Amino acid sequence: MRGRQAQRPLSPHLQIYRPQVNMVMSILHRITGAGLYLGALLLAWWLVAAAAGPDYFNFVSGLFNSWLGRIVLFGFTWALFHHMLGGVRHLIWDTGRGLDIPSVNFLSWATIVLSLLLTLAVWAGALLFA
Amino acid sequence: MKMRTPLKNVRRLGSAHEGADHFWLQRLTSVSSLILTIFLVGLVIRLVGADYATAKATLSSPAVALLLLLLVLSGIIHMRIGMQVIIEDYVHHEVLKVLSLMLNTFFCYSVAAASIWAILKLSFGA
Repeated sequence: MRGRQAQRPLSPHLQIYRPQVNMVMSILHRITGAGLYLGALLLAWWLVAAAAGPDYFNFVSGLFNSWLGRIVLFGFTWALFHHMLGGVRHLIWDTGRGLDIPSVNFLSWATIVLSLLLTLAVWAGALLFA
Repeated sequence: MKMRTPLKNVRRLGSAHEGADHFWLQRLTSVSSLILTIFLVGLVIRLVGADYATAKATLSSPAVALLLLLLVLSGIIHMRIGMQVIIEDYVHHEVLKVLSLMLNTFFCYSVAAASIWAILKLSFGA
């Protein structure tokens, strides 16, 4: 293939477009996915800490409960919900539904709004239980 | 303008040796991860502020342990092939790309191994 490619038109790249909600959500979907990739370390760390015994578990719980820990976990929660809702959006699109512009815009706005609401709801619930 | 490439001559599955497997596996694990992540969020909310004994008792109950194992399995497959696509999109240097793809697999399976070990130890350990 190399060196024998046909002279086809190149599609315009990212910097050509004015930001639109669907493209911003698409980019955020990839960024949150990469964030959760690292976030999996936190879950593994927490499980290993629980398996290691009370001293280490309390130490890790203390770290997670510090202000820096809470900021990281809040971001983790939002990334989780954003990526989850973005995934649901893609599953809807996979069925061939919701591909007209108004639906695409609606689903994209719903992703960001619902992800923020769910994040706040979960943290409100968590702080209430604690 | 000539739009055709030699790609039309590819036989069977071509040099990729696969068809929609990657696409399908990403969808399959997205659905399983969706369900299992909702469970995880509920679990974590329940355990906020819990002492060690409560956390250990909850994490070692059979249903929780099994669901956590499934979540690790589903999540690790999903994130491995997800990061694979990101690497293939942005890393064009052949050696770096192959190394990144290897590191991706090593990272994912290491995180999975640590998580699975922890879940099993919580369930069966002293």
